[in-house]
Amino acid sequence: MRVRVDLDLCQGHGTCAEEAPEVFVVDEKESKVIVREEHPSEMLRAKVKSAVRFCPTRALSISED
Amino acid sequence: MTAADVTVGVATDAGMHPGGSPPPRVSGGLPVLGHLLQLRRQPIELLSRGHAECGELAELRLARLPLVMLYGEEAQEAFFRAPEEQLDQAAAYPFMKPIFGEGVVFDAPPERRKEALRNQSLRDKQMRGHAEVIAHETERMVEGLGQTGEIDLLDFFAELTIYTSSACLIGKPFREELTPEFASVYHDLERGTDAIAYVNPYLPIPSFRTRDRARRRLVELVTEIMEARKRSGQAKGDLLDILMRVQREDGRPRFSADEITGMFISMMFAGHHTTSGTAAWTLIELLRNPEYRATVVTELDRLYADGGEVSYHALREIPHLENAIKETLRLHPPLIVLMRKVLYDFHYKGWTVTAGKLVGTSPAVSNRLPECFRDPERFDPTRYAESREEDRLHPFGWIPFGAGRHRCVGAAFAMIQLKAIFSVLLEQFEFDLAQPTATYHNDHSKMVVQLARPCRVRYRRRSGKVAA
Repeated sequence: MRVRVDLDLCQGHGTCAEEAPEVFVVDEKESKVIVREEHPSEMLRAKVKSAVRFCPTRALSISED
Repeated sequence: MTAADVTVGVATDAGMHPGGSPPPRVSGGLPVLGHLLQLRRQPIELLSRGHAECGELAELRLARLPLVMLYGEEAQEAFFRAPEEQLDQAAAYPFMKPIFGEGVVFDAPPERRKEALRNQSLRDKQMRGHAEVIAHETERMVEGLGQTGEIDLLDFFAELTIYTSSACLIGKPFREELTPEFASVYHDLERGTDAIAYVNPYLPIPSFRTRDRARRRLVELVTEIMEARKRSGQAKGDLLDILMRVQREDGRPRFSADEITGMFISMMFAGHHTTSGTAAWTLIELLRNPEYRATVVTELDRLYADGGEVSYHALREIPHLENAIKETLRLHPPLIVLMRKVLYDFHYKGWTVTAGKLVGTSPAVSNRLPECFRDPERFDPTRYAESREEDRLHPFGWIPFGAGRHRCVGAAFAMIQLKAIFSVLLEQFEFDLAQPTATYHNDHSKMVVQLARPCRVRYRRRSGKVAA
């Protein structure tokens, strides 16, 4: 599983960091997300899926590579 | 010299189109005013006609200022992804400056505007508290209602959303200092968004005079609140307190009542008429579609059967209600056209939009594109169900909140607010349309779209349900 973020769309709301703090953190200064773990472990899949789903700007996606 | 004048000056010099062909022009522009009067009279017809006549790009004129509309997912994606150094918001909305006042928001450079998200308490962490406030304010609004009666949707939701947005964004103490007059004067201010501002936002016409009078009255009301606070000497701890305490180097207050009022107007502006209108239209659409209304009411009844808190559930999924709100937003987007000023030439496929012109997209047109939405004229909340998800499949087609870097920062707040409002309303009341269904329509004569009057519905308290 690979996490991608579209920085044109991210506004730094921080929903992903609430859903999956292991994977996402918000850069407060830039108001953008930083992906801490581009290839998170399978154990985090449910959390990452929630982060993707609830992202208010739909900036996140998962790909299988 | 106003921003609009400068823009027009640049636009008339920009006759060359290096690198690409000029966008095709929409028919029917008048010699001096261009399409301005049509924009004030039948904007959606005009914007749809642009798409029908010209395709992906269509050039209109707002007086002397060319506005190039971009249509379809691909062109809209190019619009929403363009950097702000190229497409600027502030200069595209000359009607906002006299409303906000000098030095406020749209006067600020983009890097300052970016701070809004951090400062305006729209972060995820704040939402629980907001949901509580919104539920409470809705309860207070309905306390005054009888067993049965009628409400004017515009008055009701405009007043409610003044209280919710002031309480959430500025603070509960400030909200308690507001009277219904604030809501009605604020409404006059919104009515001052006449597109004639593209000629000159300071023309001596009635709607601009009403606008300026309304702004002065709001400053008076805020001044009275500030004076009362100074007399009492009591700390209230909200944003008004904080702003009143900021000092210049010489110890005098940094912000005047006029500036503070301007900041409050701007903070509340984006979330007010938009949420108010969407709440009204959601109710109208649910009443027009009784089967779907029953689905939503059943969903809420089940959700709240265990006595759960609105503030808890509004933050979580309420799928049928959410889909009804999304569908309402698709069919009745509160902003029907989104604009930017082109700062350096914007190229799209073989076309060039030269610097100085405006570019725009239209949620009203885009949200009904048949290539994105099956049976687009139909109210069908199931298009957002997990198997279809037409909004997610077409993120640059479903654009009631815009998209890209300028996507509405209050979108999540708006959804929570609407879920909380309808949790209270539909649990406590049954509603009926009080007039023929086709008579509910928007007034498009101003850039801020509002429900046209009459817009009344009947209510009846649900048996077995008492006000909390």
